[in-house]
Formats: sequence, C-alpha cells, structure tokens
Amino acid sequence: MSALLQVRDLSIAFGGQPPVVRGLDLDLAAGQRLGIIGESGSGKTVTALAIMGLLPDNATVTGSIRLGGRELVGLSDRALSAVRGDQMGMIFQEPMTALDPTMTAGRQVAEAFRLHRDRDAGRARAAVLEMLTGVGFDDAERVADSYPHQLSGGQRQRVVTAMALVNRPDLVICDEPTTALDVTVQATVLRVLDEVLDAVGASCLFISHDLAVVSQLCSDVIVMLDGQVVERGSAEQVFTAPEHPYAAGLVATARLDLLEPGSRLPTVADHVREAR
Amino acid sequence: MKRAELWIGLVLVAGVVGLALVSFVWTPFNPTGVGSAPRLLPPGWPHVLGTDHMGIDTFSRLLVGARSALYVGIIAVGIAALVGVPLGILAAWLPRWGAEGMMRAVDVAYAFPALLLAILLAGVFGASTETAMVAIGIATIPAFIRVTRAGALAVLASDYVLAARASGTPVPAIAVRHVLPNIANLVGVQASVSFAMAILAEAALSYLGLGTPPTVPSWGRMLGDAQTYLFSHPGQAVWPGLAIAGAVLGFNLVGDGLRDFLDPKLQEVS
Repeated sequence: MSALLQVRDLSIAFGGQPPVVRGLDLDLAAGQRLGIIGESGSGKTVTALAIMGLLPDNATVTGSIRLGGRELVGLSDRALSAVRGDQMGMIFQEPMTALDPTMTAGRQVAEAFRLHRDRDAGRARAAVLEMLTGVGFDDAERVADSYPHQLSGGQRQRVVTAMALVNRPDLVICDEPTTALDVTVQATVLRVLDEVLDAVGASCLFISHDLAVVSQLCSDVIVMLDGQVVERGSAEQVFTAPEHPYAAGLVATARLDLLEPGSRLPTVADHVREAR
Repeated sequence: MKRAELWIGLVLVAGVVGLALVSFVWTPFNPTGVGSAPRLLPPGWPHVLGTDHMGIDTFSRLLVGARSALYVGIIAVGIAALVGVPLGILAAWLPRWGAEGMMRAVDVAYAFPALLLAILLAGVFGASTETAMVAIGIATIPAFIRVTRAGALAVLASDYVLAARASGTPVPAIAVRHVLPNIANLVGVQASVSFAMAILAEAALSYLGLGTPPTVPSWGRMLGDAQTYLFSHPGQAVWPGLAIAGAVLGFNLVGDGLRDFLDPKLQEVS
C-alpha cells in the first residue's frame, strides 16, 4: 500500500512555548481509517489542524507532512487553499457553530464545489443534492434551502459531512464529529459517515476520545498522550492487548461490561501507577 | 417596552421620510422664493405654521428641509460605511502589530471633532451641502471601523469561518460571503445612530452658515434665521427645532431598538 498521508517528526509549538506535539510520525494508506485517541490537550486537534494548514499564525510547525507525495509544511496559505476542500476535507466537532447562520445549507455545501470543481450554479446544485442524498437526507431539496437554525444537530452534522466530502477528497479529517451529539443521533451520523467514506473511497483520520466510536469506524488506532504517540497498532490489537499503561488504562475504563458487579471502577491512573 | 421604543422610532423616521417625499410632489407655497405673504405670521390659515422673516411659508420650508436632512444623512453615512466597513474588516484580518497601528490611528481620528473638520473643509472648498456631507462622512468613518472590526473579530474566530477555510475558501471570499452578512446587523445599528448624528451635524453646520446655502431650505438654517427674532417671535424657532429633535430621536430610537431586537435573535440562532 502506498502512503497517502505521511507525517514525519511533526512538532508544533505556539508562540515560544514548549511544543504541544513532539516528534509525531503517522502513515495513512489510501482508503485506510486511522483513529487518534487521547484526552483533551493531548494534541489531537492541533495535529489535525496542522495537516489542514489551519493553525493560527503564532504556531510553529516543524517536520514533514506529505499528502500524496506533496510536502504541505511551508506551503503558502494560498497554495494550501487549493488543496483544502479539494484533496482533503475536515468535519468539525460542533455542528451548532460549524455552519454560517446567514447562509443556506445548500450554499455552504456548494462553496467547496464551486471553488474547486465547477463555478456553474446549476451543476453545483446538482452535486450538492447528490451529496446531501448521500449523507442520508431523503428531502435533499428542502435541506439545501434550509438555514442552519431550521435543522437539528444531527442534520447539521450531516450537512457538515457533506461540506467536507462534496469534492470526493482523498483524505477526510474528522475532529470528534459525534461528541456534541446524543447517543442515538451519534449512531446515525456514524453510519452515514461510514457509508459515505466508503462511497467516496476516502481515507480518514478520526479524532476522538470515545473508544467505542473509534472501534466501530477505524481499522487502526494511535493513542496520544502529552503530544506524543504512546501506542499504535490495529484497532483489535490496541483494544485487546494494549502495551502502554496509559492505553491499557483507557481500554479498561471503557470496558465496564467486563467488570464484576460491586467492584471499584477502574481509572486510568491505576494502570499508570502500577506501571511505575 | 423595548418594542415600543423601536416602533416610536420607526414612526418618527417614517414621518421624516414622508415629509421629504411629499415635498417632491407638493408644497403648499413656494418654499424658496420670497412670498407675497406678510412676514413673521403666527400659525394660522392658509399658512399653517406661519411665515418666516422673508414671508416664506414655514410649513413648505419644513417639508423641503426634511429632504436636505435625509440627503445629508444618506450620503454621509454612505461614505462612512463604504470606507469604514472594508477598513474594519481589514483591521480584523491584519496581524496584531498592523491592527494595533491602524486602531491607534482610528483613535486619533475619532478624537478629532467632526464640526472642526467641517469648518476646515468649508474654509478650503467653500461652504456647501456637499462639503458638509463629505466632512460629516469622513468624521463618522472611525466609528464604523471600530464597530466593524469588533464584529469581524468575533466572526473570524468562529467555527464556520474555520470550516469555510477548510473548504479552501480564499480570504477575500470569506470576508464577503461570511463576515459581511454576519455583521450586517451591527453595521445597521451603527448606521441608524450615525444617521441621527449626521442630521444633527448638518443642522449645526447650516446654523453656522457652513452647510446648506441660504437658498436651499434646511432645518438648521431655519433655526439660525429664527435666532434673530427669538425675543420678538419665539414661535419661529419651534418648528425647525421640533423637526430636528424628532428626526434625531427617531433614528436613535431605531438604532437602540434594532440592537435590542437583534440581540436575542442572534443568541437564539447560535
């Protein structure tokens, strides 16, 4: 398998502070789905934004990020704009704020299409309706003409998904796309995401702190702690036989169904302490 | 309560616009020429609001004066918004040092009195309605830059701008498609408040003889003329004074009302 995304020795620091991501290596083959697990502040989202080239100006990125063989670190914002939305798309965490309240859903999905594919409004509309149908809307016409406040959270997140995928990108980065949704809606969104990623044939970098969600969607997993990768492997391997104590702790706290009734709930700290 | 304010404001504004529109098609008497009527008549019939020191019908002058007030307001606010809004968005986009430098320059410009600028321009280019409009417009630019920048900063930090950038939308397109529509309410409120200030400034300039020329009816000029007869015929100052106060109050109430009206709606959407 040829690597679609190759990240080598990636370090990210903000404004002279100590780096928040240190020496990160990452490989993603075409069509592969990689989950990134870690707690808040472990550097997951920052890594995703660095790959998209969306970090604020005061961030210093060193190392190498190659997408389809092309180096992205050091590219100008203009050059990155041509890649973003075309070869890679991103799905954001908070569907309530990721859509512009003054624009119809259809126009927002069409934005990337008209920028990278075809300026023609009619053909963009057709592509938007097709994409909205693809993310599970039976009434694509109505959704396309709706403003965000007329849609529910789950509907909005599917619109955000359609925005990221309308140009059939090679890489889709999902930054906790289901965290802000309740469990039943989460299941729908995940199913739709699974289907549409397959349909488009896109690779996926799936960021989450929810192990159950990652195990449903991803074939491979890396676990991040304090800006470094502490565990990597296939999803099955990481979830059944984690090597690093932190990863073991995460898995143990997620498998409460294996627990004897009446025994104390495990914490990540237990496992990390045992290992010391 | 807040709704009532907005409605009172809208009624007053509609009244001023109504007066101006009526003046285009009908005035009871010739509002500019010297009339055959006696001078300084009190309100009565056929001169509803009386006549001024030239024997011109006061009501007719008041009607045409509304036109001058709106004309000046529209052009002055137009200049301020067309220059101030793009500069405000630019200031929000600039890196920190650039924005800081720009905003300090705006502070200096803000501190410079509008009337002083108008007197300066009138001295250089001669007193005219156009000079007054441009002077008031320029003096109002800093207010628009500030309001626009504050609003644009909030919009630029939002997730949907990040999402638009993730779609590859270039910077200028984000400014037009995402920032402008989302700060339109702020700019609208600023425009209505600035409109009131522009009407007041035009009246003040005309009163000083630096704005609208004597041949063109203007509320400020009427007030200036009335001053001479303030002790013998105090009623002369009442009508233009009421008109100015009503128009200014109207636009201010609309501005306040709009702000209160739009705020909760914004929260509901987000």
